[in-house]
Amino acid sequence: MALYSEKVMDHFRNPRNVGVIEDANGIGQVGNAKCGDIMKMYLKIEDDIVKDVKFETFGCGSAIASSSMATELIKGKPVADAMKLTNKAVAEALDGLPAYKMHCSVLAEEAIQSALEDYQKRTGNKIE
Amino acid sequence: MIYADNAATTKMSEAAIDTMVKTMNETFGNPSSLYEVGQKAKEVLEQARADVAAVIGADPREITFTSGGSEADNQAIRSAAALGAKKGKKHIISSAFEHHAVLHTLERLRQEGFEITLLDVHENGIVLPEQVEEAITDNTCLVTIMTANNEIGTIQPVREIGEICRKHGVLFHTDAVQAVGHIPIDVKKDNIDMLSASAHKFHGPKGVGFLFAKKGIRLTNLIEGGAQENGKRAGTENVPGIAAMATAIREADSRMEAYAAEVSRKRDRLIRGLREIPHCALNGDERCRLPGNVNFCFEGIEGESLLLLLDDKGIQASSGSACTSGSLDPSHVLLAIGRVHDVAHGSLRLSLGEDITDEDVEYMIGAVKEVVEYLRSFSPVWRDLMAGKGEFIL
Repeated sequence: MALYSEKVMDHFRNPRNVGVIEDANGIGQVGNAKCGDIMKMYLKIEDDIVKDVKFETFGCGSAIASSSMATELIKGKPVADAMKLTNKAVAEALDGLPAYKMHCSVLAEEAIQSALEDYQKRTGNKIE
Repeated sequence: MIYADNAATTKMSEAAIDTMVKTMNETFGNPSSLYEVGQKAKEVLEQARADVAAVIGADPREITFTSGGSEADNQAIRSAAALGAKKGKKHIISSAFEHHAVLHTLERLRQEGFEITLLDVHENGIVLPEQVEEAITDNTCLVTIMTANNEIGTIQPVREIGEICRKHGVLFHTDAVQAVGHIPIDVKKDNIDMLSASAHKFHGPKGVGFLFAKKGIRLTNLIEGGAQENGKRAGTENVPGIAAMATAIREADSRMEAYAAEVSRKRDRLIRGLREIPHCALNGDERCRLPGNVNFCFEGIEGESLLLLLDDKGIQASSGSACTSGSLDPSHVLLAIGRVHDVAHGSLRLSLGEDITDEDVEYMIGAVKEVVEYLRSFSPVWRDLMAGKGEFIL
């Protein structure tokens, strides 16, 4: 049996939305190198919609796949929906993660939360 | 497919497989039985014992067959601890980067009241004989230092450490799981009292190994039962596995010189090639290392993703990153040589076997370069370092 699902391997091998948004209006970074995982999310929000999202990740296969899947789940969605993204939704969309890798999906959720907080701070907009 | 994880396990040699099958077919008897097929199995068993003993310069009576290296380590340490405790000596010296079969056994003994000293292995991954001498006290009953490290391949000054132990009347055990069949070992010349080995590291089968214990050292049983293995290890002997191990060790021994020259030449080329990657470092001493061992840390990336992408390119390797160990901490070996967590997560071990070709080596250099560069291209750690935020460690 393989360690990861086909979905995880697909998102790991062909990560979606990799990179940087130069004029991002929400940036969040979570994790630390000591633990072996860092995720950075860049958001471009216009009219309460996540127009664009990109990520950079230092981490294992499931960390990269979780970042990629999380960006897919919020891209083009209303910010209020992005706020509600849970690690469970990320893991489920990946057809599951091994138990000891669930923290990767938690990091993805936290990275997006952190970027949305940054957006609210920068713009003064409150996401309801 | 390029198999570059020979330190994890090796492919069985054809000769060892033949021996195993032949033994299963023709000598299936229980060596404890008196009738012919049992006695034939007994002969196979004793011939294997003689073969194994000859390769390491031991007497056949000094060899106890076990289920592998971990069992041999456990039994050696438990035995020395029991002998020490009888004399009121409850201090054991070891090193910080031993295999877990040794470290976890020592941790148990610590809980049982033993004092354990773990020696520093320095940045190059080598214990100095002087450190051992300084650490020995009147209460020391055992020194256990591995012959060669399983992750970074560094070879320890076993003969000198053994000499010091002899001088002070302290038992010396060495976990030689990575070394047997790869580098010359002679238990007499190397002053070794106890030695552990595992067949699957030298092209033998899994689930079989041996413990050498010098004549006069009373072993403590880990498994109680019948009188097999001179009463020191109960359970019907794994005759096919043991016979195949003997074939494999003889084969490895006869090819050792040629193997060492050829494989270390490829290892050195691989090291030179990988060094061209910016901000990386070889782990462990460059010269004092096993012929096939290459171990690097690459800054700004994580080891598991490196392994998965190398696997996609047909290269099977391993890493000391936390994500490959199932814990949050990276390899204790890399931490012991002073690598900080941040870079220890980005480690790669390539352990070469005889079947690796020069083309394979060049292919691996190219593939690792490509994958490291790709992973760095979207690593926030790498971006910060390149932007001058924070200092490079390597």
